[in-house]
Amino acid sequence: MAKQTKAAILGATAGLGQSLARQLAEQGTDLILLARDGTKLETVAVDVRARSGVSVDTQIADFDSIDTHNEIVSSLTDVDVVYCVYGTLPDQQLCEQDWQAAYAALHTNALSVISLMGRLANVFENRGHGTLVVVSSVAGDRGRKSNYVYGTAKGALSIFCEGLRNRLNGTGVHVVTVKPGFIDTPMTAHIEKKPAVLWVDANKVASDIIRAVAAGKNNVYTPWFWRYILLIITHIPEFIFKRLSL
Amino acid sequence: MSSSRYRAWAHIPSVAQSAQVPMWRDNLAALLADADNKNTLLPFGNGRSYGDSCLNSKGGLIDSKQLDRMLAFDREQGIVQVEAGISFEALLQCTVPHGWFLPVSPGTSQVSVGGAIANDVHGKNHHCDGSFGHFVQSITLLSSTGAVRECSLDTNKDLFCATIGGLGLTGFIASATIRLLRIDSTNMNVRTDVFHGLEEFAQLSKERRDDYRYTVAWLDCASNKRAFARGIFLSANHGTDGEKVAAQSGHKVSIPLSFPRFALNRYTIRAFNELYFRAQARHDGKTLSRHYQSYFYPLDAVGQWNRIYGRGGFHQYQFVVPLSEMAAMESIIKRIVESGLGSFLAVLKEFGSQVSPGMLSFPREGYCLALDFANRGEKTQRLINELDQMVLGAGGAAYPAKDRLMSAESFAAYFPRLSEFKAHVDPKFSSDFWRRVHG
Repeated sequence: MAKQTKAAILGATAGLGQSLARQLAEQGTDLILLARDGTKLETVAVDVRARSGVSVDTQIADFDSIDTHNEIVSSLTDVDVVYCVYGTLPDQQLCEQDWQAAYAALHTNALSVISLMGRLANVFENRGHGTLVVVSSVAGDRGRKSNYVYGTAKGALSIFCEGLRNRLNGTGVHVVTVKPGFIDTPMTAHIEKKPAVLWVDANKVASDIIRAVAAGKNNVYTPWFWRYILLIITHIPEFIFKRLSL
Repeated sequence: MSSSRYRAWAHIPSVAQSAQVPMWRDNLAALLADADNKNTLLPFGNGRSYGDSCLNSKGGLIDSKQLDRMLAFDREQGIVQVEAGISFEALLQCTVPHGWFLPVSPGTSQVSVGGAIANDVHGKNHHCDGSFGHFVQSITLLSSTGAVRECSLDTNKDLFCATIGGLGLTGFIASATIRLLRIDSTNMNVRTDVFHGLEEFAQLSKERRDDYRYTVAWLDCASNKRAFARGIFLSANHGTDGEKVAAQSGHKVSIPLSFPRFALNRYTIRAFNELYFRAQARHDGKTLSRHYQSYFYPLDAVGQWNRIYGRGGFHQYQFVVPLSEMAAMESIIKRIVESGLGSFLAVLKEFGSQVSPGMLSFPREGYCLALDFANRGEKTQRLINELDQMVLGAGGAAYPAKDRLMSAESFAAYFPRLSEFKAHVDPKFSSDFWRRVHG
């Protein structure tokens, strides 16, 4: 795996982003942290600096605003690995009734990521090295009635990453698709944590991701057992699957 | 959100707790404003209180696990400002490489800083340094009225003193500033001595208190006759070899499930005590070097060790009696041995004369004993009530962080500054413990 002396985290104030920042800093990786809310971003940066000796820069960024993407990308040209973890968990029922809500979810979770990763991929390809780590979701492996708008966005991301990885093969640039299961973070605070064994905290997911990046993996299910759960779920014939409530 | 994840450490069955998990200090004001006198709140740290002082069945918890950030670390002066949810373990990982250690360590590094303040925790250095509260420089406290108050010995002193050892009832600790201890090594020089009987213990304790920052004894609470009140006295100081290696998080082994009830009985416990005593006695009179992790936090190597007591959980009982009451201590230990309910985790320590700023602080000058009893229902409760009477009679006190049986009368007798404390309780804060004892 390519060297990881400097990493960027897009969405550093999210539960997973913060865990990644702490763990990367602990292993000596310099960081640039990006998020929309400057106050929260500074809180995370101060914490990471106090816990480690690495250099931690911050940059306020509104990922939804595609117009700013070139500017964001230009600040990341000296970064070895980019971790893209930001996202929203939309209200599925609201999305069914309100196109604006569905559109916003697709824009944030899929389109803006595709725009950013596409631009970064071009820069990294020219330079000849770099790793893009994109947090997708197990929800993107098969559409389910309980969250298919979110699943649509994450499914699009997974396919985009697959294509990008294929395109960049041999260029020195690598793409890692991360598919977490249920993570206990503020984004999922309103969901009842059942069954408890399927819920893990962000620190566990962060350490799985860092290990997978170091090992040069392509697709990562985290925790590992989701690979097998999804293997079963994606093989259920559609005429049965459409009747299920999963 | 309601969850059965929130339990006290002693695992005595309790009702599911409802909890909120704020990610940012900015979320707290709205959360506190939403509470009312019927639907009270209680801060929750890492759930290492044994009894019901960390539970609030008739209201809700504010779980501080996401509020675990370092806010400032002065590496020259050894002063940290932290959010309340950070654990001692995480704090040590930050500070140890720079030569700074926690000024007071309880028997586990899994406590949160908020919990350490709320229970004014003590450690093996109480005779030298006093309790954790002595090292708290200031606290930012949020109350349900929306007030944000800086508290220290200089400003809002009464509220500061009420919050130290205040069982989380005076408001939510948004941040705290703590003075750390300079160390030259992460190794400890630990001397082991065998003693037989409380007189020998008292003698050792007296001899060692000036030369050793840390003293503590393991006491056999299962054996009688010639082996009565035998134990292992450990005296320790921080090493000077310059090595600074923080402990990594994680357990070496974990107890995967609750032990069946028959696993622990009078005979297995006595056998364990015998083995432990013999293993330790081999080091009698020797001084060995050990990493701080295995010296201060031996049980942290075993994940979920509380499961050895089975599904019924256990009681821990910890009390202190004045130095002049060694005879009372002896009768109490005799009563425990007789009952056959004593376990293997009995710890005896002489507390020093430092008076904590905390109004409800438990540590005070005297001899302190802590031990576990598997929960055998009424039989165990009767024994603990009996011990409570003996502690009361000796002018001692029991420790709220370990308790779930203390009566309102005992509580008032143990904590003479109770009425002063009550004035500082946030009206929208409460706990299962508080509803039981404040009458």
